[in-house]
Amino acid sequence: MADNFPELVDTRGLRFAIDDGFSWVVANYGDTLERLLGPLLKLLGAMEAFLQWLPWYVTIAGIALLTYSASRNLRMTGSAIVMLFFIGAVGLWNDAMATVALMLAATVVSVVVGIPLGILMARSDWLRSIALPLLNIMQTLPIFVYLIPFVMLFGPGKIPAILATVFFAIPPVIRLTDLGIRQVDGEVVEAIVAFGATPSQKLVKVQIPLALPTIMAGINQTTMMALSMVVIASMIGAGGLGYQVLQGIQRLEVSRGLVAGIAIVFLAVIFDRIAQSYGRRAQKHLEHGE
Amino acid sequence: MTVSDVKIQVDKVYKIFGSRPDDAMAALHAGAGKAEVLQKTGCIVGLKGIDFSIHSGETFVIMGLSGSGKSTLIRHFNRLIEPTAGRILVDGRNIMDMNAKELLAFRRSGISMVFQRFGLLPHQTVLENTICGPILQGVDRREALKRGMEQLELVGLKGFENRFPRQLSGGMQQRVGLARALATQADVLLMDEAFSALDPLIKSDMQEQLKEIQARLKKTIIFITHDLDEALHLGDRIAILKDGELRQVGTGEEILFRPADDYVERFVRKVDLSRALYANDAFAKVPVLTQAEAAGDQTAALLRQHPAVIVAHGTEMRVLTSCEPHSTRRVAHIDAAATLGQSFPLLAGDKTVVVMDCGSPAGILTREMAFKALSRSARAA
Repeated sequence: MADNFPELVDTRGLRFAIDDGFSWVVANYGDTLERLLGPLLKLLGAMEAFLQWLPWYVTIAGIALLTYSASRNLRMTGSAIVMLFFIGAVGLWNDAMATVALMLAATVVSVVVGIPLGILMARSDWLRSIALPLLNIMQTLPIFVYLIPFVMLFGPGKIPAILATVFFAIPPVIRLTDLGIRQVDGEVVEAIVAFGATPSQKLVKVQIPLALPTIMAGINQTTMMALSMVVIASMIGAGGLGYQVLQGIQRLEVSRGLVAGIAIVFLAVIFDRIAQSYGRRAQKHLEHGE
Repeated sequence: MTVSDVKIQVDKVYKIFGSRPDDAMAALHAGAGKAEVLQKTGCIVGLKGIDFSIHSGETFVIMGLSGSGKSTLIRHFNRLIEPTAGRILVDGRNIMDMNAKELLAFRRSGISMVFQRFGLLPHQTVLENTICGPILQGVDRREALKRGMEQLELVGLKGFENRFPRQLSGGMQQRVGLARALATQADVLLMDEAFSALDPLIKSDMQEQLKEIQARLKKTIIFITHDLDEALHLGDRIAILKDGELRQVGTGEEILFRPADDYVERFVRKVDLSRALYANDAFAKVPVLTQAEAAGDQTAALLRQHPAVIVAHGTEMRVLTSCEPHSTRRVAHIDAAATLGQSFPLLAGDKTVVVMDCGSPAGILTREMAFKALSRSARAA
């Protein structure tokens, strides 16, 4: 038998210390944190309630209009309508709307937090050298590892679900904002500075408009990653389509999981197309200036 | 030149790239060379003790090969790059002492810049690009648009104002760059290899256009180039930069015929002198007589003192020499500002041409004179 790796550190003691420390944080600050994140819960609740209150045909018309305005493509618009119709027809409309609400709320939070972070990262090499490994960790750390502390802090429910989703989905928008701004032609930036632009004028007039196609690609990826989190988020009480999949697993109902799974794919396709078309239009705008 | 004519004074400017500029400066002052400084401190010497002044209304060309520090130097004039040591005075004011607010104001109205790869905003129209300066100055939009249109007209881009930069050719894009720089109405214009990215025909068109505009507006232009022909063509004075050091500052003629060192000498050796020299540099002044005066007997006396005499009758001109004191042949004429090369076709047909200065005959240019001007060794002797 091979030798076991020698036990150099008493990991049990260390783990107990970490666990106790975290429990202490939960006991003392859990409520405060939960209150702090109240607005987030309200945002998600309001979005969910609104989407479920909206008559289905209005929602379909709205999404169809969005698809058309982004893509100017009738076939794409038609297939979006058919897919949404399918979701409604198999009785998953309300679940789908809950999922869309979670995805949109997570995307909004990711964009609102992520774009400024990306801008800061583009400005400072020092910040970038710290942030890049952190982002790598966020994207590779198994989801369940950070799900545990989130659930302990907030209890099962929508807040840990949305936080976990944001945590998982935010890296692309930060990364691509940083990349997009760094890729802007240095001479164009230099020109506007030479003509006396302040740093914020430089950002608004040149860097963000020219980085927009890349930033849009980041938002697109973030949207997709948020959607891919819905099944896991449903385990901690997010509800929606993910919950149907979860129930399918628990009850060994293949059909339930399959239908909900297809609905998730359809949502992904629809939102991916919308976001991509917007990204392409931003790119075209730069090339031909139309 | 009096002191008041000095627009910009560059006073012992040093630029060190790297993390230990103080050590590098100390090493430089102790007499270390560029390579030694790099080896000792890991710092690169970008500019070393640059010292010169530029007069108001002058086109000052800074010329050097890539890596000579010329692009670094031009970016010091609007502080896109900060020097490690030294001062730059514009209108007697040290721009290094300006605080952030003063610097913004200076960049907005005191100095403007044209870039090698144009630096236009791709998502804005030609007109919007042109008014970028006035808008940043806080000029009201309608006034800015008016100013922008005037500048576009000046550079010959009227009718293109609603196009986007990518829809234009390189030369047209650079004219937008020029219009944008002129629209700020700043006195000083920095041009960083402004015509280097253009193809040769467009390049010479742009050079002519710049000369025309400069004749009208009398800006102080600092022009960077690696092309000596361009430098000689555009520059009132030329500074030659090598490895971050100034090798020579002088007029085109001084650079060509009195190179300060081996480097400059090697540099200017390949210049096409027929394009770099003007009739003005080679001709000889001779007396000019009217038809009536020539009929008198003073001609013979004058021919004893001068190589020739011009007899002008309106635009008809004859040249009398001691060999042909009664020549009746009409002689062609050329402007003093024309290049020597332009006189070649005329000299091919005739031994002598008349050189006109400001529209009236001033002297003659013979084949010998032209050849002599073009031969460097004859000059040096």
